[in-house]
Amino acid sequence: MDKEKFSICKELAKKVRIHCLKMVHRSRTGHIGSMLSIADLLSVLYEFILNVDPKNPDKPDRDRFILSKGHGGAALFAILAEKGFFPIEWLDTYCLNGGKLPGHISHHINGVEFSTGSLGHGLSVAVGMALAAKQAGKNYRIFCLLSDGDCNEGSTWEAIMLAGQHKLDNLIAILDYNRLQALGKSEDILDLEPLGEKLKLFRWSAKTIDGHNYEEIYNVLSNLPLENGKPSWIIANTIKGKGVSFMENNYKWHYGGLTDDLLIKALEEIES
Amino acid sequence: MRKAFNEELLKIARENKRVFLVLADIGYGVVEPFMEEFPDRFINCGVAEQNMTGVACGIAMEGNIAVTYSIANFVTLRCFEQIRNDICYHNANVKIIGIGGGVAYGELGESHHSTEDIAIMRALPNIVVIAPCDIPEARAAVHAIMAYNGPVYYRCGYKNEKDIHTKPVNFEIGKAITVKEGNDITIIFTGTIGYNAKIATEELEKDGIKVRLISMHTVKPIDKETIIKAAKETGKIITVEEHNLSGGLGSAVAEVISDSGLSGIVKFKRMGFPDVFITKVGSQEWIREQYGLGPKNIEEEVRKMLK
Repeated sequence: MDKEKFSICKELAKKVRIHCLKMVHRSRTGHIGSMLSIADLLSVLYEFILNVDPKNPDKPDRDRFILSKGHGGAALFAILAEKGFFPIEWLDTYCLNGGKLPGHISHHINGVEFSTGSLGHGLSVAVGMALAAKQAGKNYRIFCLLSDGDCNEGSTWEAIMLAGQHKLDNLIAILDYNRLQALGKSEDILDLEPLGEKLKLFRWSAKTIDGHNYEEIYNVLSNLPLENGKPSWIIANTIKGKGVSFMENNYKWHYGGLTDDLLIKALEEIES
Repeated sequence: MRKAFNEELLKIARENKRVFLVLADIGYGVVEPFMEEFPDRFINCGVAEQNMTGVACGIAMEGNIAVTYSIANFVTLRCFEQIRNDICYHNANVKIIGIGGGVAYGELGESHHSTEDIAIMRALPNIVVIAPCDIPEARAAVHAIMAYNGPVYYRCGYKNEKDIHTKPVNFEIGKAITVKEGNDITIIFTGTIGYNAKIATEELEKDGIKVRLISMHTVKPIDKETIIKAAKETGKIITVEEHNLSGGLGSAVAEVISDSGLSGIVKFKRMGFPDVFITKVGSQEWIREQYGLGPKNIEEEVRKMLK
């Protein structure tokens, strides 16, 4: 990854974080930690990896991207607005009466492939899309971004098994592995470890990266599939609340709301 | 009826290369021809109904028609949220096929009965709910649902159900079929229990009682016009369904009567399972009779209402 690409990603992720902080503050809603956690992954995906076109959001050969962790939707809305899928002003209406954008990702918005919000749905749909693409001989890829909570759901593991069974190497799952969920640490609630080994036993190819390191994200996503004949699973180690010191690695920021003072403090940290 | 369903589906799949059968390891003895002829459009998800439903939705989102298929309770209850959030919310072109609705698997016990499916499916926006009554109606319905663009729940019988219709079936989604004309009283049924209503009707005919017998094969969107017409012309309506009384056909018909301001002029009675789990062990026919849905029970209700 050259310096120019690096700074493009950094700049977009910064904008996304600022948008998200303002959106959740304005609407007095939660999930900010989950949004900040995926800002870097989304920035690399939408700047350099996904074949998508804001001028033609439904183009048939686009890569499909499903955000299974729909509660982080504001981050995707911010990306899509910045990339020109819809007017940036719509972000100001997030979660407000009569607003354009709901608190979980919605397919009624240009550029959003699929609505989610209840965990454990995204990967099954992605597997269906990947099967259909294979059957039709299409070359586009299907990406699915999941959370720790997503991987608590039995349906996700049903989808994992089926994807391995059908050798879906057009399917890429990315886990936003911040290891925190609503009530605490994942390892104390429902430990996924040893995740990489488990996935390999389920016939996936898995690789662990730093989910905030643009170069690592870019490199792994530029060389897909990880293995021919297997679905790819990127374990992206992330920090919940990344970029705001008082939020980082604190599960309380799964639901926590932002006061006026804290917003100012958070924005200062992001913008510095 | 499930055999008839699979035969018609196979014919349609030969014509339409976008038809996928997505199932959860159910269908032994009837789905094999599809599996052998179209292996690339046959996805057995294993015993995993939630994933089956999500996968079908994903397949449909790519411009295909996906058919999910399992025993009626498995294909609706186990994966209800996937039906709601994935299929119905996205208006995905998925047909949900529930085999053995009601107590078709009578002797297998409560886990295999499906006596809430119509109510539950009917509560969702964007979905069509269909329960064919006999094999000719079931065959015609397959073509109608596959030609329709959007989610459908199709409650299918399990065996060689006897014919109810005597004339060729002209099947149109949302348009009830009048099996027999009559102006003394109306029986509206849905699904294969209609055969008991037919027997009752024939018995009553011997005493000169003219029953209007209606197959309400589409419970959603319900045929309001036919209900209102029957209410006005016969003044008496009995609904018959192999389903819990809560929220099924009877409730749907009652809603139409009530919303049309006809409650005051119509005598109305719902027949179905009385909000209990079916714990008695036996065949479908036997269970129906045990819980007040035999031909005699229907006949008695008609006579009572006509008194």
